[in-house]
Amino acid sequence: MSIAITTQFICFTVLSLVVIIGALGVVLLESIVYSAFLLGGVFMSVAGLYLLLNASFVAAAQVLVYVGAVNVLIIFAIMLVNKKEDLKPINDIKSRRIISTSICLTLLSLLIRVDLTNVWSLSSPQNSIGEESTIRIGEHLFSDYLLPFEVASVLLLMAMIGAIVLARRDVMSKDISTGLPVDQELIEKSSEPLLTNKN
Amino acid sequence: MNLESIPLQAFLIVSSALFCIGIWGLLNSRNAVRVLMSIELMLNAVNINLMAFSSYIDNNLIQGQVFTIFVITVAAAEAAVGLAILLSLYRNRVTVDMESFNLLKW
Repeated sequence: MSIAITTQFICFTVLSLVVIIGALGVVLLESIVYSAFLLGGVFMSVAGLYLLLNASFVAAAQVLVYVGAVNVLIIFAIMLVNKKEDLKPINDIKSRRIISTSICLTLLSLLIRVDLTNVWSLSSPQNSIGEESTIRIGEHLFSDYLLPFEVASVLLLMAMIGAIVLARRDVMSKDISTGLPVDQELIEKSSEPLLTNKN
Repeated sequence: MNLESIPLQAFLIVSSALFCIGIWGLLNSRNAVRVLMSIELMLNAVNINLMAFSSYIDNNLIQGQVFTIFVITVAAAEAAVGLAILLSLYRNRVTVDMESFNLLKW
């Protein structure tokens, strides 16, 4: 085993351990702020996995979009809505946990079984374009994937306008169900919430 | 660089585990922000799958990498709209508890 292959193995093992443990921390940790920062670590390690797969452009896009934009957006959202609140206890939380965990474990075993038993038709590594993948992605984006590329720009514009409209303060002047004017304050309002619990 | 050293199955198992962790978090979180984070985890698992297939099976045309770019685009749009919906929900309900968003419950 040459040094390069050993290095690849070590890198892959470390990166996948960080991905799995970080993802477990994201869903299990009590503090949502720690979860958000662990999520950034998971995104960075996924970018490292992309680098192992000879895809430097996608790794850079992953770091820019996920760590630079999505994660920062999530941290800002936590900053806006992070209020200590006592969650109401759910009476059948135990059975819910058991059922969901068993469903996830069953799905995981099924997926792993498919991964291991299926015979993948691997192509020979001689055809690999390796580090020229950025050029090939550019060719794809401007020839056979031109329409999805243009549609993606329209999608981003729509998402931007939709986010602005949804997050604006004066989007609803009165409540839909009660007809009373909506209190537009974002934080720490003293009045009762208008869309009250029905149960 | 020879990609034969790490088997394809290793990448697939990592992405399967990540996907299942994402589903577990989606089903079990009370905090709406954590639900959005779980969705991002699941999208990343799908991306790892696409990238692994593109470099092991389709390593000349690499259409999987193009798909990954599009998935990243859609994920960014989804995160923006999702967090805007979350802010507007928080303004109406003053909570981010998933159990209290039950207006559509029948």
